[in-house]
Amino acid sequence: MSLLNIETDRSKYPVKGEDGKLQIDLDSHKYVKLWQGPNHPGVTGNMALELTLAGDEIVESKTHVGYLHRGFEKLIERRLFVQGLPTSIRMCVAEPDSNEYVYSTCVEQLSGIDIPEMAKWIRALLLEMARLQALLRVVPGQGGTFALGLGVQWGVYMRELILDRFEELTGGRVYHMFMTPGGVRGLLPGGFKKRMEENLKEIDQFVINIDNLMYSNSVFKKRAIDVAVLDPSWIDKYGAVGPVARSAGYNRDVRKDYPYLIYDQLDFEPKVMNHSDIYNRSRIRWYDIQTSVDLIRQIMAKMPEKGDIKAETPNVLHWRIPKGETYVRSEASRGEYGLYMVTDGSDKPRRINLRGPSYTQAVALLQDLLVGANIADVAAIMVSLQTCPPEIER
Amino acid sequence: MKQVLEKLSASFEIEDIVYQRDDLTFLSAKKENLINLITHLRDIEGFSHFVLLSCVDWIEDDKFQLTYFLNKPEEKYDLGIRCMIDRKEASMDSAHHLWKQIATYQREIKEMFGVDFPGSPGVDEPFILEGWDNIPPMRRDFDTKQYSADTFFPRERPKTNDPKEYMKEQMHPGEWGEYRKEKK
Repeated sequence: MSLLNIETDRSKYPVKGEDGKLQIDLDSHKYVKLWQGPNHPGVTGNMALELTLAGDEIVESKTHVGYLHRGFEKLIERRLFVQGLPTSIRMCVAEPDSNEYVYSTCVEQLSGIDIPEMAKWIRALLLEMARLQALLRVVPGQGGTFALGLGVQWGVYMRELILDRFEELTGGRVYHMFMTPGGVRGLLPGGFKKRMEENLKEIDQFVINIDNLMYSNSVFKKRAIDVAVLDPSWIDKYGAVGPVARSAGYNRDVRKDYPYLIYDQLDFEPKVMNHSDIYNRSRIRWYDIQTSVDLIRQIMAKMPEKGDIKAETPNVLHWRIPKGETYVRSEASRGEYGLYMVTDGSDKPRRINLRGPSYTQAVALLQDLLVGANIADVAAIMVSLQTCPPEIER
Repeated sequence: MKQVLEKLSASFEIEDIVYQRDDLTFLSAKKENLINLITHLRDIEGFSHFVLLSCVDWIEDDKFQLTYFLNKPEEKYDLGIRCMIDRKEASMDSAHHLWKQIATYQREIKEMFGVDFPGSPGVDEPFILEGWDNIPPMRRDFDTKQYSADTFFPRERPKTNDPKEYMKEQMHPGEWGEYRKEKK
């Protein structure tokens, strides 16, 4: 028997009662109640986890939201359709372009507007750039949760390169508002493709470096492999989507399943794995970086040089949409990202409701996935589900 | 999908079918049939992915509209099932036993619209609002602007001092003033 193979004394841990739930008596002084968040400004700290610990093991967990509620959905009900766009994009800070797409497309569908071909290509380019910059933060960020900070620094630099291209194209680094109802605001500037290609070459090298730094690292593997394993039956039970579902063997990608914009003209195959632990959930996003880089290259090669970028729309100050409702989804870096819009014939939306991946994955799923985990792995599990608290509270 | 809906319309009294897109259909169901309908769709028809539960306030009709979005991954198809409930007795059967994430949606709708889902886990606990003492804020008759005006305004302006005079008084209390008076 190995010296490291130590049998732990489980006599002080809670046992299951007749109802199948763990019997936890906080007055027995065996357990510690610990709150993680909601005051910390980082991703893993701006929502609240109410954890009950036995030793360093989590025996009970509850997820709560933090102090991020800004009432965006209510505010948009009091704004014209064109005024709702800048408000809606702020519902997700990490990847606001998905908001631009779903909001604009809802307005277009309910108004019966078809956008020009050129606008579709530019929208797809923006969405892939947004996915790439989000992944450049979250992939090395998984190493950061295990105190491997170097990759995070590399990722920040690589993300800045993409933000430079966003600034060149749209004028904004984080919030762009380039996709407006009816199309996009402009064409690609001269030399944009050349500069983007130079950036993509640097990211190609980053992909190799991060593979050596993180995925071949014995400490990272020890901390990530077979930790917080997600049973495939939980995917539909909890409404998990995107990379989390694909890591558990579910081949679900909105770009493939419901091809929007010009994705049916692109050649790609999202990666699917069969064992959803922290390692594979992070690894699948590493593959997604490569897919995204490849798609940006394909889009730049295949897109037309010129063309109309805006369909004819009503005067934005008097834009009324007949009574109706629709749901539009897109694939964000975290998975299915959708918007439900209801109109009543007036010049303002009757109701909009965002469906972000974190609403299900970071509340119900995280709560149950944390039970049995070590307290040191909490941040890693949250990042492996790509938690984005702003889209829970909105 | 049309055949499935025709079959279901007889059993579950569904109506107002709107084929919004090739992959999205809206329909209306009665409150008493709704849980049976979505259970049937999940277990028999393969709508295994629950997308969204949303609420719309039709204050002029005195109704709340609950919309349940179900997705069938095999056929890449969405159903939006509307259910109108009375605004004065806003209560609906809970569906938390069907999908785990529904409890979160129901908890939020209880807080934001005041629609009750008896038996749903944590439905009476505050989700976002702490110490809220007004009508549920997503209802159409809740005026955000008026609430802000009543709660946060008028604001008392902070007391300000002239920095020069203030520092003189702090550094030479009394004496400086006496000296200046004598000099004059």
